[in-house]
Amino acid sequence: MLVNIWMRGGLYILLAIPVLIGVGLYWKAAPLLQHQSLISLLFSSKWFPMKGEFGFLPFIFSSVYVTILAFILSAPLCLFAAIYLTQFGKQRLLNFMLPVIDILAGIPSVVYGVWGVLVIVPLVADKVAPLFGTTSSGYSLLAGGIVLAVMCIPYMLNMLIEVFHTIPVGMKEASLSLGATHWEMVKHVIIRKGFPGIISAFGLGIAKAFGETIAVLMVVGNTMNITLSPLKSGYPLPALIANNYGEMMSIPDYDSALMFAALLLFVVILIINLFFRYFIHKTEKI
Amino acid sequence: MKQMAFTYQPNLLSESVTMENQTEVAEMKKDSPIIEIKNLNVKTSEGKILKDINLKIPKNKIVVLLGPSGCGKTTLLKSLNRLTDLYKELKVSGQIIIDGQDIMKAGQNLAVMRQKMGLLSQRPFPLPASIYKNVAYGLKLKGIRSKKLISHSVETNLKRVGLWNEVKDRLKSPVTSLSIGQQQRLCLARGLAVKPAIILADEPTSALDPISTKIIENLFKELKQHYTIILVTHVLRQALRLADHVVFMYYGEIIEQGHPDEILKNPKTAILKKYLVDGN
Ligand SMILES: Nc1ncnc2c1ncn2[C@@H]1O[C@H](COP(=O)(O)OP(=O)(O)O)[C@@H](O)[C@H]1O
Ligand SMILES: [Mg+2]
Repeated sequence: MLVNIWMRGGLYILLAIPVLIGVGLYWKAAPLLQHQSLISLLFSSKWFPMKGEFGFLPFIFSSVYVTILAFILSAPLCLFAAIYLTQFGKQRLLNFMLPVIDILAGIPSVVYGVWGVLVIVPLVADKVAPLFGTTSSGYSLLAGGIVLAVMCIPYMLNMLIEVFHTIPVGMKEASLSLGATHWEMVKHVIIRKGFPGIISAFGLGIAKAFGETIAVLMVVGNTMNITLSPLKSGYPLPALIANNYGEMMSIPDYDSALMFAALLLFVVILIINLFFRYFIHKTEKI
Repeated sequence: MKQMAFTYQPNLLSESVTMENQTEVAEMKKDSPIIEIKNLNVKTSEGKILKDINLKIPKNKIVVLLGPSGCGKTTLLKSLNRLTDLYKELKVSGQIIIDGQDIMKAGQNLAVMRQKMGLLSQRPFPLPASIYKNVAYGLKLKGIRSKKLISHSVETNLKRVGLWNEVKDRLKSPVTSLSIGQQQRLCLARGLAVKPAIILADEPTSALDPISTKIIENLFKELKQHYTIILVTHVLRQALRLADHVVFMYYGEIIEQGHPDEILKNPKTAILKKYLVDGN
């Protein structure tokens, strides 16, 4: 009985945490919302904290940009790698790869950041930019996207391998026995049956990429830009918060603005998660 | 049979094969074993799962593979349509001749070979698609595009397994809405739709309720007029009810085989005697 109460209490606290965070952030961001409309906060690119003007568009743009870039670079790779490892490769290869993937997933993000500064940034500056006939410091959206992609790969790969492992062998055998080739079986059974799992792995990968802070902050340049060129630098939301946290008190409303950025991150990641969970729920019934 | 083989001499001088000859050939094919397994061995790094299996499977009969669990019945069944390929840890050697073709040889068209055999496993594994699409699946793989042909086949085969009336109003729904017994019958219909000659059934009723079991058993009795059925079971009574020929296996070997009345009522070996007493 007493245990029961404790367990329920624990559960409620667990459920209350995100709500409390959301409410707390909103409460702190509220003063800003009184001075400036939500539309102009989200879609203006005028960022003059001294004048009390806060347009978040450049930050939102950079965040979305590096996330999409990271997703494009990592998702297909992860999907094919996971299919190859679980459906075509030797058991020994998978046995070798699993701990490697775990180790890669466990490396702290600051280490990926350092690697990005030492390897990716010079690569972008010295090799990629000349390829397109321009110059770049290397600290760029592209560098951010690549580092993020590399960070997401072990994370998504792990989930995808898990997804493909849960598909019963009997279903594969059924497809093959009805005359499917190995590839057709992969298409009709592995990808079809694994579809909700694939989408959820992708979704969680996107959420992770969107919120990742340190590694991106180290390579992305941290200057406000709205540009489609991946060789220019950018300034994603998490980096904005992390970089300016110390200055908070000196400028009026700056405090609120950073809290608003945090709230934005929080809401977006919440929406991404809810969306993908709803999607999984919808498709799982097939 | 022997006589026939004697009288049939391919005459190199004759211009064309006479009508008579053709029927003789067909007659011979009908009586010769549809599957012949020669020196089949299946190994893992741990040891042998199947040891020197030699077995002839006659056409249009129900052959029951009987034996305690773990003796290699499933592995033998999966070797017949090379589903053993899926398990990289298994090393398979020997010959399996189906319709005069050794399916173990390299360069086989596995998809075409496998369509000669319908598989029914221990529990139903519907594909992640609708009832209709499950039955149509094999036909689509065969390259059949005609909607009319496919719908017709879906209906015929669902009727054959006695499922049509139960599902005709919800062909588009997922298979998961069916009971396990219905799902198993659907899997049978799906296998029959590709027009196999052989049915491989691995304890197909072990997960089913008595009524579904009865339906499947009766279906098998009907189907054997047109199909060769290889049925794995560890239920003695089922073997007695259905088998034309019983193969008793123990630890990867064939110990004894023959007509069910002979070998189940008068077992020769001590192992089978003991198995019949201790039961499943
Ligand atoms: N893929 C495999 N890898 C290793 N051992 C296997 C594999 N498949 C089957 N075995 C072993 O082979 C033996 C026979 O298995 P199985 O053919 O499933 O027996 P049955 O169907 O008669 O119960 C068992 O001891 C089982 O553990
Ligand atoms: Mg078995």
